[in-house]
Parts: sequence; structure tokens; C-alpha cells
Amino acid sequence: MGNIESCFRKSMHPLLIAFLVSGDPDPQIGLEAARAVINGGADILELGVPYSDPIADGRIIQRAHLRALSKGAGMDSTFALVREIRRQTDIPVVLLLYYNLVMQRGVDRFYLEAKDAGVDGVIVVDMPPEESGEALTSARRAGIDEIFLVTETTSEERLRLILSMTDGFVYLVSSLGVTGVRETMPPKISGLIARVKSAGSLPVALGFGISGPEHAREAVLAGADGIIVGSAIVNRLEEHLNDPGSLFRNLQDFVSSIKGAMISAR
Amino acid sequence: MKKGRYGNYGGQYVPETLMNPLIELEEGYERFREDGRAMGELHHYLTEYAGRPTPLTFCRNLSRELGCRIYLKREDLLHGGAHKINNTLGQALLAKYMGKTRLIAETGAGQHGVATAIAGAVLGLDVDVYMGEVDMERQRLNVFRMELLGARVIPVSSGSKTLKDAINEALRDWVGSVKSTHYLIGSVVGPHPYPRIVRDFQSVIGQETRIQIMEREGRLPDVILACVGGGSNAMGMFTPFLNDDVRLIGVEAGGEGLETGRHAATLCAGRPGVLHGAMSYLLQNEEGQVLETHSISAGLDYPGVGPEHSRLRDEGRVEYAAVTDDRVLHSFHLLSRVEGIIPALESAHAIAHAIEVGNRLKGDDVMVITLSGRGDKDVAHVSGLGGRA
Repeated sequence: MGNIESCFRKSMHPLLIAFLVSGDPDPQIGLEAARAVINGGADILELGVPYSDPIADGRIIQRAHLRALSKGAGMDSTFALVREIRRQTDIPVVLLLYYNLVMQRGVDRFYLEAKDAGVDGVIVVDMPPEESGEALTSARRAGIDEIFLVTETTSEERLRLILSMTDGFVYLVSSLGVTGVRETMPPKISGLIARVKSAGSLPVALGFGISGPEHAREAVLAGADGIIVGSAIVNRLEEHLNDPGSLFRNLQDFVSSIKGAMISAR
Repeated sequence: MKKGRYGNYGGQYVPETLMNPLIELEEGYERFREDGRAMGELHHYLTEYAGRPTPLTFCRNLSRELGCRIYLKREDLLHGGAHKINNTLGQALLAKYMGKTRLIAETGAGQHGVATAIAGAVLGLDVDVYMGEVDMERQRLNVFRMELLGARVIPVSSGSKTLKDAINEALRDWVGSVKSTHYLIGSVVGPHPYPRIVRDFQSVIGQETRIQIMEREGRLPDVILACVGGGSNAMGMFTPFLNDDVRLIGVEAGGEGLETGRHAATLCAGRPGVLHGAMSYLLQNEEGQVLETHSISAGLDYPGVGPEHSRLRDEGRVEYAAVTDDRVLHSFHLLSRVEGIIPALESAHAIAHAIEVGNRLKGDDVMVITLSGRGDKDVAHVSGLGGRA
């Protein structure tokens, strides 16, 4: 069992996975923002590696990618950021990225370098299990958890395939569509969570569209072992770009409010 | 060979949400192809509605100038003004066959958007077309045409605001709308099974050409040229000739010159990568960030290319060349004056390279060029460039 799964197993409460785009809006603020969400109570840090064409992401996270890229962020700066975070904390760090970045780095080299920087898990958003042969071999050799996504359109057959390949946790996409803040949680979410849980033994974390404490509470009540909050955090960061003084405090308080709602839900 | 692969190229690099829809699309397409009634309906629309077969025109004047026998495959004469309708009628019928009620599409030059709007109008499907803001500006006429045809044109303001970003936006839409919506991709790009579906629907170009040239010349051509952006008209023309002794040349957008970096010559200057769900040649920086491209023609202004072209390039079966914007403009004027045919700027790339190739051919050598679209849509843009009329 890797760091990520044992983090789930050891915890008394569902885990909060907080997402930021690495180096958004620049390396220094990006690092401080990561510290702020960790201080706010994030159990796992998920970092998006800046990419020019993030097709699974909505507008909020697209803008974050572009801000980071415009300051020269990329794979090297992401590894540097993980190293900095590692000096402060040992919470699991997961990278979320698109396949072309892995391919151009060299698949094997990417996983070895990620491991060396202190990365625990990797999610390649546009790499379904059918295309994961080489990456999965490299990930396992490097000792990195390869995490796959499951959605409501995933068939039973593919669900079993995905669960046989994924390590750490299952990333359950709460609703169809790209990442983004949604008004409401989909009504059938507890059934979806139950379906995934009954098919395997890994923890199930729910992501996409979770906007704040109330959604987080609903997700926990629906049976999620963890929740992933991305766009809502990045949105906070974006709203306070002109006011760095209150940015980190705000991020920390926001994450802390979600965490509080998750703990009190059970 | 692995399913959906062309050598190492192709595949399905998409978010999980799209995997099941792609599997359903593949299954639906297999049924559609085997369904005699469905294929009969497609044939009906291609002939009575779109205007197939298109002529193979012998260009007496251009042949005299270049010193070989030149034919144009006249896809510019199709309804809508370009080859795109071969594919949109096919996919729109497939979408209906699969019970979808809405089409989404990306467009660069606007030709695919117009062709999708036409297919949606005649077959009773809602149409939303994603188009980069830069392209909307340089192809205003086509924006208005799409709206006249009842489609909604959605401006895309992200990235380079051109074709690549329009595809990103269409994919994002589709991730959320797969249950009711078919994504009608306009070229031989995207995840499997799209490159195959689009190639199959466009292969009518090459199939007709084969019959027509045999009737006219009693033999196959020596050289065939077609422009390549994503590469659908080229795949459609080349596919029926791949096993023959015919020289095939794909012509890419050289923009301001390969050495300037301002071009869209993916196969000439890129290296393998993954974009829009498929592994293929890609214009990218060292890290893998996709580069912004440049071309005088919006339809070729794309940093990727169809995966089958990548294999054909590596195998050496098809040659790929790039021509610069100024040579394209020259051939745009030349064909207009010499043959009375105003070519689309995309197709003018193939003409431009044909001039170079033709100069080295013998008098009896036969050359076929796909004239993939007509140039009416480009007239305002070209006149705005301040060149002579």
C-alpha cells in the first residue's frame, strides 16, 4: 500500500484533496498558495502541471494554466515546487497532467523524476486504461500510484478494468462535463459512489463541480471517502490576485471551512 | 495492429467520460455501414443534394503553361463550396441513426461549420459551431452563412483563437453533452474512430477520380496532390490509390517560411505528440506545449494532423511539402486568371506546389490536384491584403 492509500486508511474522517495549478500565478505566490491550502487542512495536495490545451478543464482552471505558462512554469518548475513542499510536509502529493507532457519528457524518465521530487501519485487526465500500458509499467517501477478516473458513463466492464489498474484511490467524476464550479450536486451521486465501491476495495474520492462546504458535506453524506476541490479554490485565488495580502488567509480559511464541513458531516 | 492505430499513431487519448461514447460511436458506425438503407440514404443525399459526382476538369491552359496534363478534382463545385459536405452528410446521418438530436462542430475557415449547418438544417438536427475569434474575423461571410442556415456560432476566445482552440471547446462541450449530442469532427483527426470515419466518408473523392481518370486517360495518374491541414481531403483522395504506383504529395501551410517558425507545416517541421485525442505529428515546444501556428488560410491553421498521415509520412508512401503564403497567393491569382476558377486559399496550397512539381514532369505525365473548395469565402480577405485584383 502506497502513501496515498494508507493516508485514507489511517484517517478518521474523509480526506480533502485540494487542487492548484502549479506556479499559478507565478512561482512564489504558487508556493505560498500551496502552503495556505495545506495549512487550511488539505490532506492531499493535487497539482496541475501547466499545459497549453487542458481539454478536460473549464474556464477557471484554463485561465490558471495560462497564467502559470505565461510566467514560464512547466514540468521543471512543478518538480521544484514539489521539492519545496516536501521540505515542509509529508502529505501525499499527486500530479494531474495531460499525456503529451509525459510523452515529451519520456514516459520512464517522467515517473522517475516525479518520484525523485517526492510525488506520490499521478493522474493523466487524457490517458484511459486502454492507452496506459507504457505509463503503468513505468509508474509501478518508479513506485508511483497511477490514478484513473471513473465517470457515470463508464460501463461495468470498463469499471472493472479501471479498478484493476488504479492505485491509491479512484477518482470519481461527479457529473459529466469539464471541471468547474456547479450550483448543485447531481442527485444520483450516492448511487454512483455505491456502484464504484461495490466493484472494488479502493477509497473513492469525488471530484468535479464541488464548490464549497455545503457540497463537501453532501459528498461525505453520499459516502465519498474523499473529495477533490479544484475550480472553487482556483477561483478564490483568481479573485484575490490583486490583493496578495488577503489571498493566502482567504485560501486557508476557505479550505478550512470545507474541511470543517466534511468532519462535522459524519 | 492495435485497434484505432496507424502504426504508433492514433489511439484514444481522451478523458474517461468520452470513452464509452467513442465505443458507442464505433459500434454505431459499424452498424450504419452494414445497413443498406442507411447507405442508400447517404448516396441519395450525396447525389441529389450535394452534387456528386463532381467533375474531373482537364485544365488546358494550366497544362500548357506547366508542360504536363493537369486535372482538377472539383470538390469546389459541391453544395456549400467544399469537400466538407461529404463528411458532414455522412456523420449527420450517422448521428440521427444513433438517436442524437444535436450536432456540435469546430470550424477554422468556416467551410466545415457551413457544411455541418447545411446537414443539420436538411436533416433536422440542432447545430452549434465553435469558431475561434480570429477566424470569425477573417471568415465573416461564413459566420453569416452558418447563422442563415440556422446554426449557432459560438466564439472561442481561448489560446490562439483559431481551429485548435475551437476543437478544445467542442471537446469540452461534448464531455458534458454526450447523451444527446454528436461531435461532428471535420477532419481525419481526433480519437479513434474519427480518423477512420472521416476518411471513409471522404474516400468518395478518390474513388470517383479513379474511375474518371481511367475513362479519360486510360491509366492512373502519375502524381496526385492535395493540401493538408488536418488532412481530410488528402486522405479521401489518396486512400484509393495507396496500393498503386502513383506519386502522392500532401501540401502543408508553410506560412511565412519554416525557418521563421510562423507556419502550420506539422509533418514537415513537427515531431510526434498527442493532441485532440490522437498521437500524431505535432507542432510543439521541447516540453510538449502546443505551439501557435500561422497560415494565410484559416482551414490549414492547425498544429496537428491526422494520424494516418503521420504513418504515411514515416513509411515514405506519401511525400509532404510546405508552401509559403506568398506562393499561395500567387497561385490563387493564377488559377483565377488562367482557368477562371477561384480556389479556396487551402486548395491554392496544392496548386502552388503543383506548379513546382509540374515543371519537372514530361508532356504526357498526368497530374491530378484536389481542388478541395472554392475561394469566394477568401475574396474579402485577399483583397484586404492589398494585393492586385
